Amino acid sequence: MNQSEWPLWEVFIRSKQGLDHKHVGSLHAADATMAIQNARDVYTRRLEGVSIWVVESTHIHASNPDDAEAFFDPAADKVYRHPTFYDVPDSIKHM
Amino acid sequence: MLLLMQAAPSESATLASYPAEVRQLLFHYVLQLADTSLILGHRLSEWCGHGPILEQDLAMANIALDLLGETRSLYQYAAELEGKGRTEDDLAYLRAAVEYRNPLLVEQPNGDFAHTIVRQFLFDNFHYPFLQQLKSSPDERLAGIAEKAVKEAAYHLKWSSEWIIRLGDGTPESRQRVEKAIASLWRYATELTTPTATEKALQEAGIIPDYAALQPAMAAHVAHVLQEATLPTPAASTFALAGGKEGRHSEHLGYILTELQYVQRAYPGLTW
Repeated sequence: MNQSEWPLWEVFIRSKQGLDHKHVGSLHAADATMAIQNARDVYTRRLEGVSIWVVESTHIHASNPDDAEAFFDPAADKVYRHPTFYDVPDSIKHM
Repeated sequence: MLLLMQAAPSESATLASYPAEVRQLLFHYVLQLADTSLILGHRLSEWCGHGPILEQDLAMANIALDLLGETRSLYQYAAELEGKGRTEDDLAYLRAAVEYRNPLLVEQPNGDFAHTIVRQFLFDNFHYPFLQQLKSSPDERLAGIAEKAVKEAAYHLKWSSEWIIRLGDGTPESRQRVEKAIASLWRYATELTTPTATEKALQEAGIIPDYAALQPAMAAHVAHVLQEATLPTPAASTFALAGGKEGRHSEHLGYILTELQYVQRAYPGLTW
């Protein structure tokens, strides 16, 4: 079996304290089962996580860096979109 | 420090509670377990940097380290049982091949990846159910070591089973390679569950599990994995090879020990 035939997978790990899965890297594997086992061996050796997600890299669609200006810059001067004009009552914790 | 002080009395009580002959048997048996995981761990470590892909290179190194961890706990216990002042390092590095008690299976060379997988599968299929039973040994130390190692062994068995299935039900080449490995290694499996006189005595004393009781689950798992792998079940081996557990080894062990023990033999007492 030629390694180049194995698709690339992106690996997401949820750490013990973390609530969300975070992208940690990628690896090669023949299918999802192998990708999860490989992720266990490559990315959780030092107690990094308690849960693993893998997704084939081809299934991730990314924004085009050329669009960055049009996509993201217009948000820069829209301060009114941030809810900073409200007074948070003291009884509300964890905001 | 406090923990050590608390743990010390109960441990020595366990050790002290054995009659001298049981203690001797147990020493030999714990050595056998330690030698087994040391030699297999060493074999797997030979793959380091040579794995078929990076991810499996790491997987094998991980398993080798798991086995080495188990080895250390066992040698430390063996040294205490012997009570002659030898350390874990003395037991690993300064014994001759005939004093090693590992079964023949684990000293067999790596061969190709399929060969390593079949060797690992045959070992894991014994190691995991064995440790599960050893957890309830009345010997506190063995039970404790088993408690920790069984979680690792569960993963090892999952890993090697998965690979038997992939190779068997993979490409014509992978299938041919795994069939060849099965044909050459299956004969070594019987030794794992055939008790020596030492093992029989400890089984009768209720200190270690009865291997016969492990066999139905072991056979069922082999049948399941081979079926998934679309591989034929090998005929019960009429030409079983054994003797390692009593110190009669294949030529391979000498070469392993030459490499493993070289530094301590050349520079006695050397430490990091």
